[in-house]
Amino acid sequence: MALPKYTEPHYRVWHYFYLFVCGCVFFFLIAPLFVIFPLSFNAEEFLVFTDGMKRLDPDAFSTRWYKDMIYGTKNPWGLAAKNSFIIAIFATIGSIILGTLAALGLSSRHMPYKGLIMATLISPMIVPLIISGVAIFFFMAKVGLAATHLGIILAHIILGTPFVVITVTATLSGFDHSITRAASSLGSNPFNTFMKITLPLILPGVISGGLFAFVTSFDEVVVVLFLAGLDNTTIPVQMWTGLREQLSPTILAVATCLIVLSILILLTAELLRRRSERLRGINR
Amino acid sequence: MSSEQKILSTDGIPLEESLKQAEKKNKIKAFLLVTPLLLFLIITYIIPIADMFSRSIDDKMVTNMLPKTYKAMEQWDGKELPPEEVFEAFYLDYKILVENKTAGKLQTQLNYEKNGFKSVLKKLARKQKKFEEGNYKEQIMKVHKRWKNVDYWRAIKRRAPAYTYSKYLKGVDMYSNEDGKIVQVSEDRRIHRILWSRTLEVAFFVTLFCFLMAYPIAHLLATLPMKYSNLLMICVLLPFWTSLLVRTASWMILLQQQGLVNDFFVWIGLVADDNRPEMMYNKTGTYVAMTQILLPFMVLPLYSVMKTISPSLMRAGKSLGATPGVAFFKIYFPLTIPGIGAGCLLVFILAIGYYITPALVGGASGTLISNQIAYHMKSTLDWSFASAMGLMLLTGVLVIYWIYNKLVGVDNIKLG
Repeated sequence: MALPKYTEPHYRVWHYFYLFVCGCVFFFLIAPLFVIFPLSFNAEEFLVFTDGMKRLDPDAFSTRWYKDMIYGTKNPWGLAAKNSFIIAIFATIGSIILGTLAALGLSSRHMPYKGLIMATLISPMIVPLIISGVAIFFFMAKVGLAATHLGIILAHIILGTPFVVITVTATLSGFDHSITRAASSLGSNPFNTFMKITLPLILPGVISGGLFAFVTSFDEVVVVLFLAGLDNTTIPVQMWTGLREQLSPTILAVATCLIVLSILILLTAELLRRRSERLRGINR
Repeated sequence: MSSEQKILSTDGIPLEESLKQAEKKNKIKAFLLVTPLLLFLIITYIIPIADMFSRSIDDKMVTNMLPKTYKAMEQWDGKELPPEEVFEAFYLDYKILVENKTAGKLQTQLNYEKNGFKSVLKKLARKQKKFEEGNYKEQIMKVHKRWKNVDYWRAIKRRAPAYTYSKYLKGVDMYSNEDGKIVQVSEDRRIHRILWSRTLEVAFFVTLFCFLMAYPIAHLLATLPMKYSNLLMICVLLPFWTSLLVRTASWMILLQQQGLVNDFFVWIGLVADDNRPEMMYNKTGTYVAMTQILLPFMVLPLYSVMKTISPSLMRAGKSLGATPGVAFFKIYFPLTIPGIGAGCLLVFILAIGYYITPALVGGASGTLISNQIAYHMKSTLDWSFASAMGLMLLTGVLVIYWIYNKLVGVDNIKLG
């Protein structure tokens, strides 16, 4: 953003100050994530940069914490990762199905009480997690689903659906309903119309909502803390326990893996968003 | 053509009616699509939250522990010392509790009603093993002279009602005293009010810091050419997609006493090496970590509003003689207010119920009301108190949510 030549000096100063502030904020946002990366290769057991690391001495770096994460004895990470993936995948599928159906209904212009219903469906995103946790725990304990995978999956469906509802409704806002009418008039039944016409068009929204639901479930710790028994421990619960008790570098190795995973998800989400905008004909 | 002649559709039904029917059918169709999720949420989520209310006013704990006593007390008017039957019933109830080793709960609960009840009950637990049958009134009163004080018996009776709002009073550090008046607890025990005000304070300042930091970068993102802004947008979105615990962990590493932030302060000579400030396990840690974690939630709504503001408006203002400052405050800033409202309310709502980050970096002076709720759920097991506090917090959040819905509309929430 180059300034025009006629800019007066004090505006010039102001402009560079503004860019400097922006730079600082971006640094504040992104830098903390990159501290974890080098420290996870620390050869020592400390969570500070050792003198060897500052000198870039190869001996000061090692992959021992990654080995510990995968092969370490009595290490909970294998079980936790398995549980996390199982729970997150099923919770995502559940959220996508329920959320997409609801979004289809909500974006119909015939929908009665639209505002109230939308507000109800979004509420799990707004209500503080601790309250959701308490309420869901009471419910699951009553129906005997506490400390089961199914209970946690259902809880994560509750927390994940708002994201699917929001993203799919947004995709449907630019949807041309005359296409589906055209399909019906050509003799297609509603199910076929949905599978062949509507779904491919709203797919980017569905997938990005699904990604949100996946990340929500994969990262969720408050509700799981209430619901989980020893067999249902997940990665976030293990991290939580580790961070409370002692900060071992193994946690940083796990954290690095999680950052890599989130970079992959971010790239997917960005690609989908652009594709969706292209499909909906939004040009900027 | 008379006005009574109606237009008919192909199957002979008046068109108006036919349209109405189609409309109704569409309505039902739309509603049926929403029904599965709505029912699922109502059963597993809305009803359990409502159920928290009955749990919060349900107080059968003491009534269940002293069933015979309350039965015997029904006839007692509470003016003078209760008759022998009440003493006997209380002795029998209390004996069972002591044998089952659950007397501690009763001692704590009755101590809330009347200070000093705990020691009286503990002494009775020790002495009553040697009690002889009959004339329990004499024997109990011999154990401790306070049993002759009718106030203690009134305290037991007062604890009787199965429904109570005392948990709500406790949540704001009040209780109803012997005469049934609502009074504040003594000054040194007012912990909840501190927590409420701290929660509001932290939520307010985190929102303010987020706003101050998000506004310039959202503006930069909205005005830069696409190819640069897409790159910078990743700096906002990557933290947004990264695990909350990972981000909290990184702040724990940065803010520790031997951490990089302190290293930096020592290096520029702000603090001495042997006098490194404690930046974690207190409010500073909570502020810093929460601001960074919630910042994307402020940037995204601001960005989506700023993106729609045409740059020609500012140019027009300037060409009409406004200085850049005036043009900004008179033209640009008012146009961004919807985004500011959306971002601030969203961040405030999220901050007020924050749990994980304060629990990890907050220490004792940085914990919030959510941590207190979790503490009562997990440690003291006083679930009705946890429910009461949760509902008080929820009421606050719902009010803000309602305002948010009025101002922004929930269907205008944008993600990413």
